[in-house]
Amino acid sequence: MKAPLSWLKDYIDLDGVGIEEIANLLTNVGLEVESVQLVGVEKPEGKLKNKYFGLPWDKEKFVVAEVLEVNQHPNADRLTLCELNDGTGITTVLTGAPNMFPYLGKGRLEQPIKVAYAREGALLYDGHQPGQVVTKLKKTTIRGVESRSMICSEKELGISEEHEGVIELDEDAPVGMPLVDYMGDVVYEVAILPNMARDASILGIARELSAVLGRPLRLPEGVALEKGGAIAEKVGLEVRNTELNPRFMLGMVEETQARQSPYWVRRRLSLAGMRPIDALVDATNYTMLEIGQPLHAFDYDLLRERAGGKPTIITRTAYEGEKITLLDGSEPQLDPQMELVTDTVGPLSIAGVMGGGETAVHAETRNLLIESANWNFINIRKTLSKTRINSEAAYRFSRDVHPALAETALSLCLKRVQEWGGGEVVQGVLDEYAKPYVDTVNRISAEKIAEVLGQEISLEESTRILERLGFTCWMEGRELVAKSPATRTDIETGIIGQRNLIEEIARVYGYERIAGKRLSDELPPQVGNPGLEAEERIRDIMVSIGLQDTLAYRQTSPEREARLFIGRKAPEGLAYVRLKNPITPERTVMRRSAMATMLELLEYNAKFRPGLALFELGPVFLPLADEILPHEALRLSIGMTGAWEVASWDRPQSPAMDFFDLKGVVEALLDGLHLEEVKFQAVELPCFHPGKSAEVRVGEEILGVMGELHPQVKKNFAFGQDPVLVAEFDGEALVRLSNAVFTNRPISNYPAMVEDIALIVDESVPADDLEALIWQAGGKLLVDVKLFDVYRDARLGEGKKSLAYQLTYQAFDRTLTDKDALNIRNRIVKQTKNTFGAVLRSQ
Amino acid sequence: MLEIEGKLQAELARGIEALQTVANAESLEAWKQEFLGKKSLVMQVYGSMGKLAKEERPIIGKAVNQAKAGLEAALAEKEEGIKAASQQEAFTKETLDVTLPGRKPRRGRIHPLHLTLRQIYRIFGDMGFQIYRSPEVETDDYNFTFLNMPPYHPARDMWDTFYTDKEGVVLRTHTSPGQVRVMRERAPENIRVILPGTTMRYEQLTARSEIEFIQVELLVVGKGITFADMRGTLNDFARRTFGENARTRLRPSFFPFTEPSAEMDVECFVCGGEGCGVCKGTGWLEILGCGMVHPTVLRYGGYDPEVYSGFAAGMGIDRSTLMRYHIDDIRHFRNNDIRFLEQF
Ligand SMILES: [Zn+2]
Repeated sequence: MKAPLSWLKDYIDLDGVGIEEIANLLTNVGLEVESVQLVGVEKPEGKLKNKYFGLPWDKEKFVVAEVLEVNQHPNADRLTLCELNDGTGITTVLTGAPNMFPYLGKGRLEQPIKVAYAREGALLYDGHQPGQVVTKLKKTTIRGVESRSMICSEKELGISEEHEGVIELDEDAPVGMPLVDYMGDVVYEVAILPNMARDASILGIARELSAVLGRPLRLPEGVALEKGGAIAEKVGLEVRNTELNPRFMLGMVEETQARQSPYWVRRRLSLAGMRPIDALVDATNYTMLEIGQPLHAFDYDLLRERAGGKPTIITRTAYEGEKITLLDGSEPQLDPQMELVTDTVGPLSIAGVMGGGETAVHAETRNLLIESANWNFINIRKTLSKTRINSEAAYRFSRDVHPALAETALSLCLKRVQEWGGGEVVQGVLDEYAKPYVDTVNRISAEKIAEVLGQEISLEESTRILERLGFTCWMEGRELVAKSPATRTDIETGIIGQRNLIEEIARVYGYERIAGKRLSDELPPQVGNPGLEAEERIRDIMVSIGLQDTLAYRQTSPEREARLFIGRKAPEGLAYVRLKNPITPERTVMRRSAMATMLELLEYNAKFRPGLALFELGPVFLPLADEILPHEALRLSIGMTGAWEVASWDRPQSPAMDFFDLKGVVEALLDGLHLEEVKFQAVELPCFHPGKSAEVRVGEEILGVMGELHPQVKKNFAFGQDPVLVAEFDGEALVRLSNAVFTNRPISNYPAMVEDIALIVDESVPADDLEALIWQAGGKLLVDVKLFDVYRDARLGEGKKSLAYQLTYQAFDRTLTDKDALNIRNRIVKQTKNTFGAVLRSQ
Repeated sequence: MLEIEGKLQAELARGIEALQTVANAESLEAWKQEFLGKKSLVMQVYGSMGKLAKEERPIIGKAVNQAKAGLEAALAEKEEGIKAASQQEAFTKETLDVTLPGRKPRRGRIHPLHLTLRQIYRIFGDMGFQIYRSPEVETDDYNFTFLNMPPYHPARDMWDTFYTDKEGVVLRTHTSPGQVRVMRERAPENIRVILPGTTMRYEQLTARSEIEFIQVELLVVGKGITFADMRGTLNDFARRTFGENARTRLRPSFFPFTEPSAEMDVECFVCGGEGCGVCKGTGWLEILGCGMVHPTVLRYGGYDPEVYSGFAAGMGIDRSTLMRYHIDDIRHFRNNDIRFLEQF
C-alpha cells in the first residue's frame, strides 16, 4: 500500500513530525515501511533507517507556471511553442505534448493552463528512456528553435510512468511558486500484514499514526444518506443470499460527466499506484484507497437498455454454464459457488472481484449507479483460487471488510462524483443489510495484560490507546470494556479477543518498552534424543575420515532418478510423493534415492577436483499405502571417485580409488559406530558392477549397499575413466544398531609375539569366513589378525589362492613362550584344514 | 729408562701429530691401521707382553698402556670432530625450501548450514532447550489448520505452498507444524524445545530466494510464560550469536499462530548499524519472527489457554548463514559446489 504524505495530512495533523520519524513510527506500529519515495522533496538529514529514492526539485529550477498561448512550431507539425509566464516574465517553451494541441491557434487563452515548469540545469528523469534515468536539462535547438526549459510530464517528475502529455495543474496553482512547495510529496510504501487489511487505506494508516502520536483523527465527510426515496423508482434490488452478500447498497448520480478529475486527485491516485481514468471511475478508486471499501460503478442507461425498462440488481450465485466478459476482456469459467451481481438479463460482475465490460462506465456515461457492497471473504477467496484474478477490490474483499464501511464509502463516493464529474445525486439509497454486523465487546483487567506481556500497562493508558484506535471504552469495576470499532472485523471474543486487545495495546505502547526477562519456569522433563546424537556422530566420523558433508535438495524428478538404471529404465511403478505444482520439470517429486542425488553431486563436482569423497545424510520419501504421510527414511549416501590423495607438487599422481577405498571408509564408519557382527556379502544390484558390489548386513538386516557403479550406468552421467564408488545406507538402522556405549578392550603390559602364516585355499573361500575361523581357532591369546597379502600363482594349483596373515599373540598375565605360539598355530592350521581344506604354504 | 719406553713415547707423539692432518673418514681409517692396527708398534708391544722378562713387564706395560690410551683418546676426539663435520655437510645438502606448499591431507568439512545448526543447538541447549523434529511432508491440518489457519484463511497467502497429489498433504512451509506435534506428545508437561528442519516454499530460485531452506523454531509452553520472557530469551540468543553488545529491536508483526506477534531485528553486525549493503542501508537485520502462542494453537496442542501460555519464534538459518559469511548466492548451500564447501 502506497500512502502519500499529503493525503495522510487530510486526516491527521503531522506538523513537526519528520519524514524519517513517520516511517519509523509506522514500522514500529506494525506497518513496515518498505521504501520511501521522495517526490521533489529533499532527503532528510541524519542517520536514516529507511530506504529512500526519488529526486528533489530545486526551488529555483522547478516552478508553477502558466501557458498563455499555444502556437505552431514553424518547422515541425508535431511541436508547439508555448508562451509561458513563470512568474518572472514571459518565455517561449517548446513542447510536443499532445494535450497542448487543442489550444493551438486559440490566441491568448481565456483561462491560462497551469503547468509544472523546469528551467535550464534542472535535474529530472528522462521522459524518453524506460525506467528512471536522471538527466540534466540543457539548452538545445530543435528544428531551428532554441529550447532551454520545458513543461514537465509526470514521468519527468517521478510521479508516474505517464509521458503521453504534460501535467495540467489545477487552476488555483499559484504561478511562480516553487513546485516542491506546491506539490512536493513523500510516498510511504507500507507492507500490510494479513491481520491489518483495514490499513490497506489511507485513513487506516492515518488512524495508526493518530494512535501512536496521540493526535486526533479528522474523518472525511460525504453526503447525507437516507434509505429509500427517489432512487427506488429508478432501480430495484434483490439479495438472494445474505451469507454471501451481507450488505448491498446502491446510490445514483444523474447528469454527471466522465471528464478528467482535478489534477490533485489524479496525482494522488498516481502516487498511490492507481491510474487515473475519469472523474467517475476515479471517485470510486479514490474512495476505496481512502477508506478501504471497494466500489463499483455502472452506466445506468446501459442497465436500463438491457432490462428494457427499470433495471433490477440481483445478487446471487452463478448458474451452471453462465458466462461473463470482464472489464479486462477475460471470460472466466463461472460455477455455482461464485457470487455474482446480475440483473434480470444475466451477470453484470463477479461480486467483489471484477466488473463486466458491458455495463461499465465509458466516456459518454451520464447517469451513474454506484454499488457499495459487502461480500463473504471466504467465498471471495474460493472464487479467486479458481479464477486467479488480481484486482484491488478482490485484494480487500478477500481479507474481510467491515459492512459498515459500505455506507461510509457510498456517502463519500457520491460526494466525489458530484464534485468532480458534476450532476445531481439522486435522492435516497437502496440498502439490503439483513443482519447488521455486531461489533465485538471484550473486557480486560490490568492483571491479564501483565500476565501476557510480563509488563504492567495501566488501564488508563490502555484506554487511551484503544480509543485512539477507534474502540469505544468504558470501565466496569476493575475491568476495561472495549467495543471494537465499526471499521474492523479482526477482534474476536473471549480469550482470543483479549489477546487481540493486548496486541493492540502492546504495539501502540511500544514493544521496545517491554523489557526482557529470563525464563524462570520449571525445566520440562528431559527427553533423550539418541537419533539426532547418532546422526551427528555419523557426520563427525565421516568428516574425520576425510569426507565432505553435503546437503541435498529433497525435490527431484523420476527421470533424474532413473539415471541410476541401465538405459535410464527404472523399474515400473515406483511410488513417489508427487508435487501438484512443481516449480520446474526437474523437480516434480520428492526423492526416493539418496544414491541418485549423490551421483549428481559427484558428476557436478568431478570437473572441479580430480578426487572427490562426499557424503550426505538426509531423508528419502517413501509413500506408504495405508498412511497419509510418506515414510521419511534417513539415508546415508557416500560417493567417491578419482584419487584419494590430494595431488601435491612433488606427488602429482596417485592411484584412483576402487572398491576397497570405499569399503575402508565404510568399515571405519561402522567401527566408529561400534556396530557388531557386520558382514559384507557379494550381491548383484542393477546399478553396480556385478563383481564389485556388496551388501552390508548385521544378521538378517541389510544396512546398506555399496560398490562400483556399473559401466552402463556410468554412461548415464558425465564421468571420466576413474571408477565411481557409491554406497547408500539405511540411516535409521545405523542409528539403531550403533552403540554409544561399548566395552573397551584392556591393553596388556606383556610382550606380544608376532608371526606370519600363509594359507592356500580354493578361490571360492571368502576371506571373511577364513578370517573368522582363524579368530575362533586362535582362542583368547590371539589378539590380532591382519591380512597382508593375497597371492595367486600356477604353482599353487588351479583355482587356488594364498592368503597371508600376520598373527599377534599376547597374554594378560605372562610372557608367552614359543610353545604357546606353536599350539595356537597348530590349532589354526588344523581347523582351517578341516573346514576349508586350507594348506599351510611352506616358506 | 728402557729403550722401548722412549719408542712408545715417540710413537704417541708421532701419532698425535699425524692425526692433525687427518680430515676425513678414509684417512682416519689409515691412521687407525698405522697406529692402532695389528702391525702398529703399540699393538705389537701389547701382543708381546707375555714374552717379556718379569721385571720389565710392569714398566713396559705401563708405557704401552699410556701410549695406547693416549692414541685412543686422540682418535675418539678426532672421530667426533669428523662426524660433526660430515653431518654439517649432510644438513647443508638436505636443506629444504620451507616455503614450498605442504602436502594437503584429504579433509572433510561439516556443511556450513550444519555448522550453524550446531551452534544454535549449543546455544539453546545451554538454555535448557531440547531438539524435536517432525515430518517434512505434512498434512494440511498440521501445516495450517492447527496453526489457526482454517481453509481459505487469508494468512495462508503468507506462504506459497507446494501441494502433493494426495489431498490434504503439503510440503511443510515452516517448522511450525512441529509445535502442535510436540505439544500433543508432551501435554501437560512444560515444553522448551527447538524444532529444526528443512521447509519448502514455492518461490522462484534466485540468488536470494530458495525453494528449500532450513528453519529453526523455538517453543516454550508453561504456566505464566510472558512476552517479556520471550524478549529476554531471544536477546540472550542474539548476544550469544552476534556478540555481547548486539542490540535488538522488536516490532509488531503478524503470524496466525501467535498473538501478539513480533519481528526481531538485530543491529547490523557488518556496519554496526551505520547502514551498508548487507542491511540494505537500514542498519538492522531481520533475524526472526516470534510471538505468544495463539490460544487456538494451545488448544489444538492439548493445553488449556486459560492455564498455560507460551511463546514461539522461528528463524531461517540459510539467510543468517549467508550474512555471517558474506555468501553471495543462497543456492550454493544445496548445489554443494566443492569449491564453496571447501572454504568452511
Ligand atoms: Zn549494515
